[in-house]
Amino acid sequence: MVASPQATPEHEFETQDLLINVGPQHPSTHGVFRMVLTIDGEVVKDVVPYIGYLHRGAEKLCETMDFRQGIGFMDRTEYLAAHNAELSYVMAVEALAGLEVPERAQWIRTILCELNRLSSHFMFLGAFGIDVGVFGTPFIYAWREREAIIDLFEEISGDRMMYAYFRPGGLAWDVPLNFKERVREVLKSTRQGIRDFDELLTQNEIFRARTEGIGYISAEDAIDWGMSGPSIRASGVPLDVRRDEPYLKYAELDFDVIVGENGDVFDRYYCRMLEMHESVKIIEQCLERLQPGLIVPDKMPRMLRAAPGEVYIRTEAPRGEYGIYMVSKGGNRPYRLKVRSACLSNLQALRQMSVDQYIADAIIVLGSIDIVLSEVDR
Amino acid sequence: MNNSLFGFEINVWFDGLARLGLIVGVMTVVAMGLIYGERKILARFQQRIGPQKTGPFGLLQSVADAIKLVGKEDLRPTAADPWTFELAPYFVFIPIFLGFVSLPFLLDVNIRLLELGLLYFIAVSSVNIVGWVMAGWGSDNRYAMIGGMRAAAQAISYELPLVLSLVVVAMLAGSLNLKDIVEGQAVVPYVVWLPLAFVIFFISTLAEMNRPPFDIPIGESEVVGGPFVEYSGIRWSMFMLGEYASLWILSTLTAAVFLGGYSWPFGEDLGKGYQLLLMGAKSGLYIFVVFWVRASIPRLRIDQLMAYSWKVLLPLSLAQVLVVGFVRVYELPDVVLTAAGILGLVALVSITGRAVASTRRLPGAARTMRSEAA
Repeated sequence: MVASPQATPEHEFETQDLLINVGPQHPSTHGVFRMVLTIDGEVVKDVVPYIGYLHRGAEKLCETMDFRQGIGFMDRTEYLAAHNAELSYVMAVEALAGLEVPERAQWIRTILCELNRLSSHFMFLGAFGIDVGVFGTPFIYAWREREAIIDLFEEISGDRMMYAYFRPGGLAWDVPLNFKERVREVLKSTRQGIRDFDELLTQNEIFRARTEGIGYISAEDAIDWGMSGPSIRASGVPLDVRRDEPYLKYAELDFDVIVGENGDVFDRYYCRMLEMHESVKIIEQCLERLQPGLIVPDKMPRMLRAAPGEVYIRTEAPRGEYGIYMVSKGGNRPYRLKVRSACLSNLQALRQMSVDQYIADAIIVLGSIDIVLSEVDR
Repeated sequence: MNNSLFGFEINVWFDGLARLGLIVGVMTVVAMGLIYGERKILARFQQRIGPQKTGPFGLLQSVADAIKLVGKEDLRPTAADPWTFELAPYFVFIPIFLGFVSLPFLLDVNIRLLELGLLYFIAVSSVNIVGWVMAGWGSDNRYAMIGGMRAAAQAISYELPLVLSLVVVAMLAGSLNLKDIVEGQAVVPYVVWLPLAFVIFFISTLAEMNRPPFDIPIGESEVVGGPFVEYSGIRWSMFMLGEYASLWILSTLTAAVFLGGYSWPFGEDLGKGYQLLLMGAKSGLYIFVVFWVRASIPRLRIDQLMAYSWKVLLPLSLAQVLVVGFVRVYELPDVVLTAAGILGLVALVSITGRAVASTRRLPGAARTMRSEAA
């Protein structure tokens, strides 16, 4: 902030870099994230991220809970896509307990996970609109679409954020009778919402100028950092757990994996945008094939006990690969639980993506990897 | 030495004071109205309702906000420079306030109709940047300082095209007196002859007011309010009052200089009521477009902002001065101006994309997405 103290002739034109502290109370850190930027004028020279403000020890706490109680903690690690987080957890429990999930429950799970992906991506679009500096309009537009999806979730599970609807073996209870009509209704407004966003942001000249060529990360670097989800697909790596290791009913569904080419902020944004069309496609196929049936196995044990062993389950959450590593020594609770957070790995690459960019770019780079801090810190 | 105010002969000093007091009162009310209008209009753009609980249709929301702001504690950071910090709001507010002096609101309704009114306006309108830099420097906050420096850079860059597009008008009107400029448009407003100057002027005023997409100094998502970050209560509200006062001033100036003011299309013979309606409609249109832009356009980055001013707006406004000079000297018909202006607009649109687009775009990066079948 002050001129260099050594004002001798050879040091006359030396300038000191300025440290600015972004967060944890900065409006665009998407939660309680803190990064210390070293800036030279307007150009970012270094980024040091600090995480852990939202650490609650969810993994450790789950070791003291039985399997059903742990579901609620998984909701709270990834609160924007709670269905997807629950899914990994219950799939891990099912693998250890040897439960077979009925057809109907699997189709409903697929639908809900994809709907949750849509709502999470809408949240991203809205927040990203604010990051690039539109005053509120994309945010409220996104909120409108998200609201329709969340209302549907509320009708199904009774909760708007922490659903705890997936249970080991199936679902907590069956979906309402008008489920199919309601989902179709929501999809209609969602399709319109995606189109609105295309017109509001993608086709905006300033938006393009702000996002294209910014925050570049190559495919090799993205792999090295362990990125996943739309963030790595934007760099041209066709990595999608739904296709590579199909779980639920994804193997029977017809959908495309959207892959970008340039690995910049715009590609990360646009990958998500196109992915939403794919999600709509998936849900429509699921609705056609959803048949009445059981939602939990016929012979569901009264007390859920897992066999000793360990399992790693990974699923494609909206932000990337959400994995659960679960060790069981028998009994009704995990011996050890570890969450593989997509956001944490994606966040590692923040420094590489934002060095030598402008301050305003560092903010949108952070926005473009779409972090949920409760998932990073757990 | 006496002067007349509402038909009464009073001392010239009392007259000046009375007019100043009047303008302070009117300005406060108008600024509150603009804040209410902005909130309502933005709300409509964003599918919200906006203020509705305070008074009928939420009309008293701005009053409630003002009372709240006045009642707040006047905080000053310990490390802030007391003089710079506390005087900065005045340095922002007073120059804006001085800008009212030469504005022709209606026929013969003004504070002082200066012979060099346009020049005076240009001179005072650029002083408020001192206040911004003072606020940025005096707050002892790094966000504030970055914001203050950005404000200075932006003001210097955009003052030039702004002034040059007003110079063009002065050349066409042959006068710097705003009354003459308005009356020169009794038949055809200058926006018809000078479309390019009008567009450049509009863009520059957005930057001058630090409105989106040029709200880089106060960029909420980057520098968290920039120079205002440490201000609260009455000092902060002075900044806000200044912002909305300058919105009103610039809307009136736009209406007077480009859109024919109170004169076009009915001439000056109509009563004050019609003139008020005309001016209200014209400046209201300007204000509405400013709000509209705010609701739909992202913020530029600082280097794009500078590039846009120096590489696009400035050369085009210089060319505009040249063209108007030629037309005036060789007494060509005014239609030449319109043609040149439209040509310039085409150039503006086609250069804009290229100049603003990222200079660091990856080489040969085709903007395509491929999708891999599952």
